[in-house]
Amino acid sequence: MDQLLNRRRALLTLGAAGAAGIALTSGIVSAANKIKTTARIVIAGAGAAGLAAASRLSEALDGAKITLIDARKEHFYQPGFTLVGSGIKPADYVISSTAEYVPAGVELVQERVAEFDPEGKKVVTESGKTHAYDLLIVATGMKLEYGLIEGMDEGLIGKNGIGSIYHSPAKAEATWQAMSAFADKGGRGVFLRPNTEMKCAGAPLKYTFITDDYLSRRGQRSKAEVVYNSNNKVLFSVPIVSEKVRMLFHERGIQVNYERVLKAIDPVKRIATFSTPTGTEEQGYDFIHVIPPMRAPEPIRNSPLPWQNGPWAAEGWVEVDKGTLRHVRYPNVFGVGDIAGVPKGKTAASVKWQVPVAVDHVVAEIAGKTSKALYTGYTSCPLITRLGRAMLVEFDYQNNLVPSFPGVIAPLEELWISWVVKTMALKPTYISMLRGRA
Amino acid sequence: MKELDPVILLAVFQEMLGPLLWILLAVAILGLIAFAMLLVREKGLVSRRLVRSEVLGVVGGALALVLMAKASSSGFTDAAGPADWFLIALVFGVGLVGSTILVYTIAGWWTARR
Repeated sequence: MDQLLNRRRALLTLGAAGAAGIALTSGIVSAANKIKTTARIVIAGAGAAGLAAASRLSEALDGAKITLIDARKEHFYQPGFTLVGSGIKPADYVISSTAEYVPAGVELVQERVAEFDPEGKKVVTESGKTHAYDLLIVATGMKLEYGLIEGMDEGLIGKNGIGSIYHSPAKAEATWQAMSAFADKGGRGVFLRPNTEMKCAGAPLKYTFITDDYLSRRGQRSKAEVVYNSNNKVLFSVPIVSEKVRMLFHERGIQVNYERVLKAIDPVKRIATFSTPTGTEEQGYDFIHVIPPMRAPEPIRNSPLPWQNGPWAAEGWVEVDKGTLRHVRYPNVFGVGDIAGVPKGKTAASVKWQVPVAVDHVVAEIAGKTSKALYTGYTSCPLITRLGRAMLVEFDYQNNLVPSFPGVIAPLEELWISWVVKTMALKPTYISMLRGRA
Repeated sequence: MKELDPVILLAVFQEMLGPLLWILLAVAILGLIAFAMLLVREKGLVSRRLVRSEVLGVVGGALALVLMAKASSSGFTDAAGPADWFLIALVFGVGLVGSTILVYTIAGWWTARR
């Protein structure tokens, strides 16, 4: 309940228009409250989860040697990719630099981790440099595997009616060009999701809704067919949300195929081949939104960190306890963000609630205490259902809806206020999260 | 998760508005102080000036709505439920009350100076 209230207050910051009464003290933990330590902490990956963890750890610890390892100089605000792909925001809306969020005292190593050695308590970077650690936070994120779709290539995005907002800001913008061209003349629009765990499972649905809306706004909807291919028998993992989306798709005349997984694509003939429970099926398209299979980066998959059996072993997600986010076999290793092998949520909202839990356990360990912090699986998805409206869907591991504003913002209602939250408040909240302030 | 809520609120608004946040807060606080001082000095509200300020306040409310529409890349035709109408009323209300007080105060001190 406390957690619910906290979340509500955190989210309330978004909607509250009156900034009255902000006469307050700084939230920075005073030096006296910091825990003195000489622990070596390595954070593999400087995306949303890695940066947020670095900020919180450097605020809680005094004297720790915190090393953040990531080769990429740019930082992407990924929740904004849908807005770029929809022509709402320009590509630079989602681009900033990693360096600007790295807290003072944290060393940033601009390299890729090539090897994880949890037995030897060290990671090795591409240049061959070894970083020994007492505690490791794995926040590498995941890999988009376009190559696992026959005939598909990242270079095709934006050409021949092929879009994919997931790839990068530039490709999200190229996808917008392709989708906009489709919305100008109509035809057959094909949408899908991969048959793996994926980041933001709402995005494939959002992009279908948005394309449908653009077709209507440009008077081409009657000349268009919009087809959504689900990888399994539902549209969303939370049953009540899935049912709502089914109703909305029905209302908008969006056709749904279940148990279709994109296997191959012929960009010249514009034919997508899907596997079905009984064989394969070819679907022609004028525009297709390709979402590739996703799995752990190779160095993780080659390490002992992933699940050893079960559905996540092949994809390589790190085997952590879903409550504490601590590795089940290596207690000094934690997994947060997309790489964490937990049910639900590979979203920035998950990161926001995972990182404080993992950090609490790390800090407790250093202080010789035990933490009771648990991650409930909370995640959120502002599911855009048309331009200007969204459903603010929030849920947990148990498929419960956990609305931040019960009775005010109804989770299954298409509302403008939810769109406002998505377009105005989420990015500032996200940036605050990177800085450890939200 | 032991966050101090007002701090998060401040952090988010700071990211959203940048230096504009401090300017807006300063205007709001100074405006309120000047308004209170004016009330004391004139021993009450001057109804004639208040009505005129309210007319401009309506324009201020409308401007606040336009600003909101621009910032959220949407329009008010997108409003669909009670929460939406509440937000629209809130934004309009804040714009109306804020600009009414501001205009009333500026006009009051302007006359006083002359």
